[in-house]
Amino acid sequence: MAEKEKNSNGVKGMTVIVKTISSWVKVLIFLFGIYIILFGHLTPGGGFAGGVIVAGSYVLLMLAFGREFVEENLSLPVASRLDCLGAFLFALIAILGLALGGSFFVNFLYQKYLPGEALNLISAGTIPLSNIAIGLKVAASLFLVIFTLSICCKDFKPGTPVNGKE
Amino acid sequence: MAIFYTLLLFMIIAAIIAVETKNLLSAVICVGAIGFGGSLMFLFLRAPDIAITQIVVEVLGLIILIRATISRDLTFITGDREFFGTVVSVVIIFVIFLAGVKILETKPVEEIQEIRKSQPQFVTLPDFGTAIFDVAPEAASQTYISQGLEKTGAANLVASVILDFRAYDTLGEATVLFTAIIGATVILRRKSRKLLEDAD
Repeated sequence: MAEKEKNSNGVKGMTVIVKTISSWVKVLIFLFGIYIILFGHLTPGGGFAGGVIVAGSYVLLMLAFGREFVEENLSLPVASRLDCLGAFLFALIAILGLALGGSFFVNFLYQKYLPGEALNLISAGTIPLSNIAIGLKVAASLFLVIFTLSICCKDFKPGTPVNGKE
Repeated sequence: MAIFYTLLLFMIIAAIIAVETKNLLSAVICVGAIGFGGSLMFLFLRAPDIAITQIVVEVLGLIILIRATISRDLTFITGDREFFGTVVSVVIIFVIFLAGVKILETKPVEEIQEIRKSQPQFVTLPDFGTAIFDVAPEAASQTYISQGLEKTGAANLVASVILDFRAYDTLGEATVLFTAIIGATVILRRKSRKLLEDAD
């Protein structure tokens, strides 16, 4: 009875109202983050801000539903592999610039293969691809940090000692 | 100009409260208020990319801070201040204040361009909010503004600078972020695994 009235918002999740609303809102936040990443070469934003927004949607899920629910959805090894995949894609675009274009990190798609028209979605060469790689990397990294930080804090009843720390 | 001084006063008051209070939750909320004031200031200085990034990182950083401190039931800070630390910080603040008073004598852009014709280095800074390369028309940024759309095809000039003209710096920044996250995750995973084993 004491645990039910305590309404802890640690690793166990929150009340029914918060769970219902956040399960609708998290999809909108995720979609908005993807929009900011993809349109980074046309409107303000870019890979870094969009990646943080996508990580924010997973943080909302973790705060509202508890840590174990998110761990089934996107576990720790999968997130770290996505992080490494994003960094590898970014380096791959740079090396492809050297192989296909002549200098390291040149915009080889815009100058040789696929110019596109300005102000369209498919334009500016490798800039949208770099945005996607950076967005993936930043989202997975920030999700990893907040997830491992939330393991470290346990549900606390004040007055009980915790493993020798104060 | 009045909006900048109001936001500056707001951020200074929030910083003083964040340092002086003994309740950790108030300190964390004041740190969030500083970040919010900074984001508003970037918006009024017409830099929307930085404003978006600042507000989102500040919100997420606030959640990280609360997770790392409040949930562990450390809600009060106790302890005295050292004398030597106080003296050193007062001296540093005084030196920066002297430099700030020197910077505050700003001149409009036309006067600075006249001064630059006779002597090529700066004598003082332009007014707050001027693009600093307005006073130096031979700088590289004028090339970015005038030829950025033709050379890269991107409508957002900030994205064309950080991902095409200066992409090497972005590679360095992505490497720094990657290394920091790997280091933090390795240390935190070992500690949390030990905590979970002790609890079972």
